[in-house]
Amino acid sequence: MEKITFATQLLQYLITGLTIGSIYAMVALGFIIIYNVTEIINFAQGEFVVLGGLVMVVFHVSAGLPLVIAFPATVVLVMLVGILLDRLAIRPIRKPSVLTLIIATIAASILMKGVAMVIWGKDPFDLQAFSGRDPISFFGAIIQPQYLWVIGFLILITISLSIFFNSTIIGKAMRACADNPDAASLVGIDTKKMILLSFALSAAIGAIAGIIVTPISLMEYDRGVSLAIKGFGAAILGGLGSFPGAILGGLIMGTIESFGAGLISSAYKDAFALIVLLAVLFFKPSGLLGSVEISKMKRF
Amino acid sequence: MVQELKFQVRESLEKNILEVEQVAMAFGGLMALINQNFRVKKGIIKAIIGPNGAGKTTLFNVITGFFPPTEGTIRFKGQAIEHLKAHDIASRGLSRTFQTVELFDNMTVLENVMVGCHTRIRSSFLATGFKLPQVKRKENKIKEKAMDILEFINLKDKFNEPADSLPLGEQKLLEIGRGLATQPDLLCLDEPVAGLNETETQVASSLIRLIREKGITVLLVEHDMKVVMDLSDEIMVLNYGEKIAEGPPEQVQNDPKVIEAYLGGED
Amino acid sequence: MLRISKLPIAIFFAIIICFPWIAKHIPAIGHYPDLMVFAGIYCLITIGLSLLMGYAGQISLCQAAFYGIGAYASGILTVRYGMNPWLCMLIGMGISALVALLVGAPSLKLKGHYLAMATLAFGIIVFIIFNEEVELTGGPDGMRGIPGLSLFGFQFDSVNKYYYLVWAFVFAAFIFTINIIQSRTGRALRAIHSSETAASAMGVNISRFKIIVFIYGAVLASLAGSLYAHYLNFINPSTFDLFVSIKLLIMIALGGMHQIWGAIIGAFLITFLSYEWLHFFGEFEIIVYGGILLLVTIFLPDGLAGIPGIIKGWFRN
Repeated sequence: MEKITFATQLLQYLITGLTIGSIYAMVALGFIIIYNVTEIINFAQGEFVVLGGLVMVVFHVSAGLPLVIAFPATVVLVMLVGILLDRLAIRPIRKPSVLTLIIATIAASILMKGVAMVIWGKDPFDLQAFSGRDPISFFGAIIQPQYLWVIGFLILITISLSIFFNSTIIGKAMRACADNPDAASLVGIDTKKMILLSFALSAAIGAIAGIIVTPISLMEYDRGVSLAIKGFGAAILGGLGSFPGAILGGLIMGTIESFGAGLISSAYKDAFALIVLLAVLFFKPSGLLGSVEISKMKRF
Repeated sequence: MVQELKFQVRESLEKNILEVEQVAMAFGGLMALINQNFRVKKGIIKAIIGPNGAGKTTLFNVITGFFPPTEGTIRFKGQAIEHLKAHDIASRGLSRTFQTVELFDNMTVLENVMVGCHTRIRSSFLATGFKLPQVKRKENKIKEKAMDILEFINLKDKFNEPADSLPLGEQKLLEIGRGLATQPDLLCLDEPVAGLNETETQVASSLIRLIREKGITVLLVEHDMKVVMDLSDEIMVLNYGEKIAEGPPEQVQNDPKVIEAYLGGED
Repeated sequence: MLRISKLPIAIFFAIIICFPWIAKHIPAIGHYPDLMVFAGIYCLITIGLSLLMGYAGQISLCQAAFYGIGAYASGILTVRYGMNPWLCMLIGMGISALVALLVGAPSLKLKGHYLAMATLAFGIIVFIIFNEEVELTGGPDGMRGIPGLSLFGFQFDSVNKYYYLVWAFVFAAFIFTINIIQSRTGRALRAIHSSETAASAMGVNISRFKIIVFIYGAVLASLAGSLYAHYLNFINPSTFDLFVSIKLLIMIALGGMHQIWGAIIGAFLITFLSYEWLHFFGEFEIIVYGGILLLVTIFLPDGLAGIPGIIKGWFRN
C-alpha cells in the first residue's frame, strides 16, 4: 500500500478535474459550433449528451451490438435529433431575438428531457468501461482507464475539428457563415444548410461526450441541465466563439471543481467554478480568449 | 444695422465652443486619428470632410464620448470632457445624430423627441412610481417642449406615428429634432443628407441653417459637397486620420493638398 | 404614444375582488382562491421581470434567487430571532436590493449571452447556499414554523384573507410599474432596449437605469418570497432553484413580455397549468409543458398578450 501524500492527492484531483473538464470542453465545443454559425446558444446541448449515453445503453447493452457498431450508430442517431431540433424548433421562429431563441431551446430541452424520461424512466444507467475498470497507478494517483479515453477523445475531437474547419471546403464555408452570413450567402454558400450541419456536428460531439462519460458517472434523463450549464460556463469563460477558449474554459472549470471539492468543500463543488466564472466576467467581460471587437460585431 | 451690432457682440464674446488638442485614437495597432488639433467657434457651422475612411465618424465618436481618445484633450465650453461618458457629455449640451439612422423604432415620433428631453427634468424612481403631482407636471412640460420641436422640424402632424414608419428623409429630420431636444450648444450631425433626394436635402439644409440662427453651433460631417459649400462657415479636411486643411470654403476648395487627397483617393 | 388603458385594469381587479365569493358557489373551483394566492405571488415577480426583460431588454435567470432571499430572510429572522414579520419582510427587501446592486453593477455591463450566464451562475450559487448552510436555512429539509401574518391584531389566517393581502400587493405593484412605464424612466428603458448608443447620446445613463430596474425586480421578487414563506409557513430550497427562474422566464414569454399584461397572464397560466390542469397528463406533464412553450415561441412571438394585436391586424387587412 502506497502512502498517500498531499502531492499525490493533488495529482489525483488534477487528473479527475481534467477528465471532467474534458467533458465540459466537449459540451462547450458543441455550444460554440452552433453559436458561431447562428449566434444561438442551444440550451438543449446537454440533452445531446444525455441522449448519447442513453441511446448507447440501448444499442450496446440491451441490443448487444459490439462497441464499434453501437458507438457510430448512437452518434448518427443523435445527429438526427440535432437536425430535427433545427428543423422543428429553431428554423420556424419568425422573429428571432436572443430571448426567443433562448426560450425556444430551453423549451426543446424540456421536451427532450420529458421524452427521455418516458422512454428510459428515472433510473440511472451504467455502461461498461471501454477497456475495463482496473485502475492504473500513476505516481501514486489512481487513474480509471476510462479517464484516458475521455481525455483522448477530447484531443481527437480537437484535431478533427481543426482539420475540418481549416482544410475542408465545407468547414471553410461554415467559418465564412460565422464571420459574415450576408457575404457568405452572396458567394453562394447555402447558409441554411450550414446551420443544419452545425446542429448535426454539435449533436455528434455531444453524443460522443455522453457515450464516453457514462461508464464513469452513469447517465440519467435529467443530467442535461447541469451539463449544459457547465459547458455554457466553459464557453463563456473561454470567450464565446473561440475554440481554444472553449477547451481551456472546460478544463479550467473541471479542474477548479475537482480541487474545490477535494480541498475546500464538496458541498460547494458546483459553486466554485461559477464564482471563478463570475469573477472573470466582471474583470474581462468577453472571457479569457474572447475579443471585445468580435463580440461587438455579434448581434447577441 | 441690427445684424452688424449682433456681429460685433459675437465678435467681442468670440469664444471657441469646442477645442480639440493633440487627440489621437488607436484601435489595436491601427491609428484612426493622428494628432488632431482644431477649434470650433461658437455659433458657426463647421464641416468636416474627407474621403471614406478618413476618420470623420471616429472623430465624432471620440468627441461625443463613445470612444475615449487614446491621447489628448477635448474641451467643451472650456471644460475637459475627454474622460466623460457619452451620456454625461450629452447632458452638458453636446448632442449628435448618427450616420445610419438610430431612432428608437419601438416608439412614436413624439416619444423619440421626449427621450431627447430626458436630461431636462429629474425624477426619482419612487416619485414616478407613486405618480406624485410634480411628476405629472414635469411630464406635461416636456411633452409641450417636444411638440414645439416637432413643429420646428415640421413633423407635428405625425407625432403619434411609429418612428420607423416615416420615410428616410423624415427619419433624418426626426433624429435632428431628437438631438435638439437635449438643448445642445453644439450639435454634431453625421451625414444628415446621405440617402436623401433633392427636395429632402433642401429641407434638411434649411433646417440646419435655422438651427444655426437659433444660436446652436453645428459640426457637420457630410459627403454632399454642394451642401457643405452652401452651409459651412468653415471646413476642415481629414485624410488617413490627419487634418490636411482648414479654413473658409473657398480657401479649402482650392487647396492643392485637398484636391490631391480627393483625386488620389478615387483609385 | 404608449398608453395602458385603465378600463381593463379596473375590470380585472373587480373580478379579482369578487372571485373568492364566486368560487365559494362553484364547487369545482372551490379551491381556486388558494391557487390564486400562488398566482399572485408569481405575478409580483413577473411584473418586475417584465419591466427588466420586456421593456429594458435585459435578461435575468436569477429571479428565483431573490425570491428565495426574501423567503429565507423572513423565515430565518422570524423563526430564529423572533422578529416582527413585517420588519423581516422589509429587511429581506433591503438585502435583496443590496445584493442586486452588488451583482447587477458588474453584470449589467455584460451583454446578451454573457449576462444570461452571469445571472444563471449567481442564481445557482445562491441556491447552493440555501442548501448547504444547514444551520441557518435548515438545508434541503427546509424550515418549518414560519409564523403567519397579522396586522393590528387582524390575523391573515384563512386562504381568503391571505388572498386579499397578496392581491393588494399585486395591485400596488402593477399600478406602480405602469406609472414607471408611462414616464421618463419608462421611455429611457425602452430607449435602452432599442439602441443603447442612441440612448446614451440622448443623455440616458444606461447602467444606472439598468441597475435601478434590476433592483426593483429583485425587491418585488423578495416581497413575493416573504409572502410565500408566511403563507405556507414552510420553505425549502427547491422552491427557489434554477428551474423556477426558468419557469418565471417562461411565464413572461408565454404571456408576452412587451406588455405588462403579459406578466399577469403568464403567471396565471403557468400556475394553473402546473398546479392543476397538467396533472391530468401525469408523467407526460413535462412534455406537454415543453411543447406548449415551443409552440407559443414559434407561433406567438409576442405571447398571449399579443393576440389582440394580431386580431386587430386581421381586421385592418
